[in-house]
Amino acid sequence: MIAFKVNGKSYRLDIEPETPLLWVIRDELGLTGTKFGCGIALCGACTVHVNGEAVRSCGIVVGDVAGKEVTTIEGLSPDSRHPVQQAWLAEDVPQCGYCQSGQIMAAAAFLKEYPQPTDADIDANLSNICRCGTYVRIRAAIHRAAALMKT
Amino acid sequence: MNQIVQTSISRRQFVTASVSAAGGLAISVAFPGLADAAAIAAAPYGADDAAPNEINAFLVIDPDGSILIRSPHNEMGQGAITALPMIVAEELECDWSKVRCEYASSARNLRDHVYGDMVTAGSRGVRTSWRMLQQAGASARMRLIAAAARRWNVPATECEAANSKVMHKSSGRSLDYGALAAEAAAIKLDKEPAIRAPDQFKLIGKSLPRLDTPLKINGSAKFAIDTQIPGMVYAAIAACPVFGGKLKSVDETPAKGRRGVLQVVKLDDAVAVVADRFWRAKEALALLKPEWDTGAAGQTDSAQFAKLYRDTLDGPMVNARNDGNVEDVFAKAAGPGGKVVDVLYEAPYLAHACMEPLNATVHLQPGRLEVWLGTQAPMGTIRQAAAASGLKPEQIIVHNCFLGGGFGRRTANDEMRQAILVAKQIGKPVKLVWTREEDVTHDRYRPQAAVRLKAALGSDGMPVAFDAKIAVGSILRSTGISTVPNGIEAQAVEGIANTNYKIPNVRVGCMLKNTHVPVMFWRSVGSSQNAFFMESYIDELAHAGGQDPYKFRRALLAHRPDFIGVLDKIAEKGDWGKPLPAGRGRGIAIHECYGSIVGQVAEVTVSPKGEVRVDRVVAAVDCGHAVNPGIIEAQIQSGVIYGLSAALYGEITIKNGAVEQNNFDNYEVVRLADAPKIEVYLALSGGKKWGGIGEPGTAPTAPAVANAVFAATGTRVRSLPLKNAKLPGPA
Repeated sequence: MIAFKVNGKSYRLDIEPETPLLWVIRDELGLTGTKFGCGIALCGACTVHVNGEAVRSCGIVVGDVAGKEVTTIEGLSPDSRHPVQQAWLAEDVPQCGYCQSGQIMAAAAFLKEYPQPTDADIDANLSNICRCGTYVRIRAAIHRAAALMKT
Repeated sequence: MNQIVQTSISRRQFVTASVSAAGGLAISVAFPGLADAAAIAAAPYGADDAAPNEINAFLVIDPDGSILIRSPHNEMGQGAITALPMIVAEELECDWSKVRCEYASSARNLRDHVYGDMVTAGSRGVRTSWRMLQQAGASARMRLIAAAARRWNVPATECEAANSKVMHKSSGRSLDYGALAAEAAAIKLDKEPAIRAPDQFKLIGKSLPRLDTPLKINGSAKFAIDTQIPGMVYAAIAACPVFGGKLKSVDETPAKGRRGVLQVVKLDDAVAVVADRFWRAKEALALLKPEWDTGAAGQTDSAQFAKLYRDTLDGPMVNARNDGNVEDVFAKAAGPGGKVVDVLYEAPYLAHACMEPLNATVHLQPGRLEVWLGTQAPMGTIRQAAAASGLKPEQIIVHNCFLGGGFGRRTANDEMRQAILVAKQIGKPVKLVWTREEDVTHDRYRPQAAVRLKAALGSDGMPVAFDAKIAVGSILRSTGISTVPNGIEAQAVEGIANTNYKIPNVRVGCMLKNTHVPVMFWRSVGSSQNAFFMESYIDELAHAGGQDPYKFRRALLAHRPDFIGVLDKIAEKGDWGKPLPAGRGRGIAIHECYGSIVGQVAEVTVSPKGEVRVDRVVAAVDCGHAVNPGIIEAQIQSGVIYGLSAALYGEITIKNGAVEQNNFDNYEVVRLADAPKIEVYLALSGGKKWGGIGEPGTAPTAPAVANAVFAATGTRVRSLPLKNAKLPGPA
């Protein structure tokens, strides 16, 4: 049995500890906002927070999150009003939208560490792939979110 | 008409400014902060039957005034489910905040033929459906007016519609659309009303926020891969690594007895493991060591294919175009003072690499099949599902979901065929998911190609003859769409045979040659490689004739004011001609496809080690009319990034008949740190032009970048991707 929390809710699961967290979130818990993109932690579509830090959930096994707190896109805010979500809405960032849960989770964790990021900070720390190429608006939305969080 | 899409202004400010300029039309631009306020359901597919309050197949108005608009094209990022309802709403004179959207039903279309081809490919949403959608809105408006006039017993000509109400001017009476819908639905018009001319548009042309954004910031938008149905099991699949190969045998023992594993399923060309969870299926599959019969294809590699396409250029060609007499001109130009530029260009196979790996969920029951899929062509999907299941088309329901990228990949639906075949053996609803590795190694690729381009320049430096030979794979033959009896398909020669450059003698020949590697539509299709060839080559000719590449193009396109408008816009905004420091360069390219012209000026820096960084791309687009400038801006940005990934890194290579790349580590794509600044401007020529917007932004990026690399280094890159080019340090 592996016990951990997801979005504030406690779970005890009888599951192979080597299962990637991604598949536990999607197929056991039914939280499908976290996406499968590459399976080897290259693209970031599966980004969640583990104890507040951004983690690519396909690259961490559920055994390693025992006792920890996981936050998925569904738990980032109760009403889609996290500053990063507000900024994403205002900039109309998503296109196909598939990677955006991961982009938002990565940006939210990043902004805790870099509350007023420069473009160079963004380039050095955010590497999630978006095949629709929403990068121009992602960058604008990160700056907007930083401004929202400051006020 | 020139409009600027300001990238520096925020979306919110842009929207507000647009709306305040809207004059009398009360457009309420709700900016929903809550996801449940989204104007499209998380699962976007609509009902398959007519609704009681339907005005026509596109429109339902409920008694509370809410308006449902059905989109005949799906949403894969390109903004269709926002732009297409805007076209209906333009004519309907409705309150935009009350508009909701859903996908039109393919089952209903099969039955009633009301939504056209429903294909979302070829940048055709607005381009081919605008008139149908305007007409649907206009027709509904006139019937709402007629219903109100009948109630009041006044002539319809005394009534007018605005903001979801019909008003009788002289008496001041008014009725909401919601109260009139049921009566309006029953009204037959003597003749369909005329639709508005573009100069009368009030809603079209506004950068309204996308209807799907609220669903895509909190994980609630449902993609096919998110489908969950009761009793569902999961399948992981490995197809023969060599296309066309067959499964000889597989020892099932390693998968058996593992937790959750239900069955090993053998298909002709693949092996699948079905389990109660995807991860368990995937892990068990990885333990199997299937034996494949790959035949002769198993001995092929990319070097052979490169030789095949080059050698083909020396053989016979079928002429796609032959104006004047190029041979005569070349014979004369061979003499003293004549200048001939004769070069070879090449482009590799490319994968689509949609963010959402291919997947399908199917529920096969006696006499009925339900499919949850992301498809660009639901009508074709019904036929494909019928063929795989043995059912009749009318027994099949396709629930089309949000597509996690399409780019041309989601039309063949190989994954659905596999899922149906697995479901036949397993007897349960099944979700079949391709891993990224399966997705990259079993794509249907952008064709590999080689071209020989030859031109003679006159004494004034302008081309007098142009001869192109194209060797490329046939998409139509590979997909089985048609047989190409005369040896020419538009996809092979587009962007070269129909070049708009005015040259007195032009010949374009083509020879289609397919390998065992399947090829298909890839964002901008033939233009994706042919624009690179043509626009790089035009740049070469400009330099060979001692001319400025922008002015050279301008001179050859003087008969096309729409091209000139785009060229002048990018030259002005892209600082064409302004000096840059050593190691930096600007390149220009312009291309027309799907009815739209896109021009780009790229600015690059080439490091002393020869590494290319694209700093800035300035783009201008002429799509005739702009339905939603904010979406156009996003699509051009998107096209640039997609084209840039291919230009810098994109390459699928073959070894022992199989694809060598399999994930984003060896099939690299542009990330945030590589993404240039992108500015997008509209240079609209209006008139009868209604061009597409999903693909045209991709085509000019590779040549603009390669031309900029030439400007920075003096090295002409004639083969993509740029990562393979041996570039010197700054010239």
